[in-house]
Amino acid sequence: MSAGIYSSRARLGSLLIEKGAIGGQIINAELVENYPGYIAGISGIDLTQAMHQQATKFGLETLAAEVTDIEVNGKQKIVKTSSGDYLAGAVIIAGGSERQKLGVPGEAEYTGKGVSYCATCDGAFFRDKTVTVVGGGNAAITEALELTKFASRIILIHRRHELRATKILQEKVTSEPKIEIIWDTVVEEILGETFVNKIRVRNLNTDKASVLDVSGVFINVGSQPATGYLKGLLTLDAVGAIVTGERLETSVPGIFAAGDIRSGSIRQVIAAAGDGAAAAVNAGKYISG
Amino acid sequence: MSKPVEIKEVIFNEMVLQAKTPVLVDFWAPWCGPCRMVAPVVDELANEYDGKVAFVKINVDDNPKIASQYGVMSIPTLIVFKNGQPVSNIVGFRPKAELKKSLDTALAS
Repeated sequence: MSAGIYSSRARLGSLLIEKGAIGGQIINAELVENYPGYIAGISGIDLTQAMHQQATKFGLETLAAEVTDIEVNGKQKIVKTSSGDYLAGAVIIAGGSERQKLGVPGEAEYTGKGVSYCATCDGAFFRDKTVTVVGGGNAAITEALELTKFASRIILIHRRHELRATKILQEKVTSEPKIEIIWDTVVEEILGETFVNKIRVRNLNTDKASVLDVSGVFINVGSQPATGYLKGLLTLDAVGAIVTGERLETSVPGIFAAGDIRSGSIRQVIAAAGDGAAAAVNAGKYISG
Repeated sequence: MSKPVEIKEVIFNEMVLQAKTPVLVDFWAPWCGPCRMVAPVVDELANEYDGKVAFVKINVDDNPKIASQYGVMSIPTLIVFKNGQPVSNIVGFRPKAELKKSLDTALAS
């Protein structure tokens, strides 16, 4: 959206192609407290909807479709989508990332039946129950704290011996009585009948396995860049993120990248918005250059 | 112009289970971001399937019994009912094209 604001104001015809929900992952966030300018914080969806409205006001058009390929024909780029092909002078890839799965038995079967990747979406269904949150970074801690509004007991399971999250979040979680942390432990299997009712975990130090009775499993073990269709076209790093230079340019002239999908991104909304603006300005220079 | 109707569980039986046409039920809650994203898509579908399918919305915070009865543990969840039975169940945000396909499949079943 940020790129759309800048490119539209530069009077470049701009089309946003989005296969999912506009705003991406942040729409799951109940409160974004660190986006500059919002002293009291703002919900992810309010923030992204405002961005989209703002960009639309300046002329950004939006298409609900999935990009399947990008072909380069000199200075012309052909963006192939599930709804037809689009010609562009420049392309900005801001596809974000996809939530990483645990890859354990029971995870797929119980998704929506106890396994969740979004505490704000599903927390309310676990009122007064015991749930587990898997992970040790900002997302895991934030979700565990959000769940205190509903669950009676939250077991945070992390495979390391210390949290990766921002210090302020760590302070909140260690002082919260409803949350207990189990260290050096991984989830091996998710079990249940119609819905989840237990998980099997293993302590990586003692190699001892145990079973915990839980009603919900909230998985927050990271995200990976959504770059499957770009393999072979752009230079990607070891985890599949798009490698960019100082001007947000990728290995293909005229194709730029912004946000979580970019190698080295700090994966914050403000950074994504900043990248978007820079990519749009540089894309404009490329087109007129 | 047809819009989805917000209902409460007391009239679920009458509005959904005993309806003469298939009914798409949108289980949602105000604090759920993806629910807000899917709402305009459901509004558009309500318009397009006017007369063929009824569209209702039910807030799971206010109506927990119905949500629990149909195994709704994640929102948004869209369930299509035909002749009082759930015939399809979609969990999570989906773009319009995907929802249309699911709806058409459910209607044909």
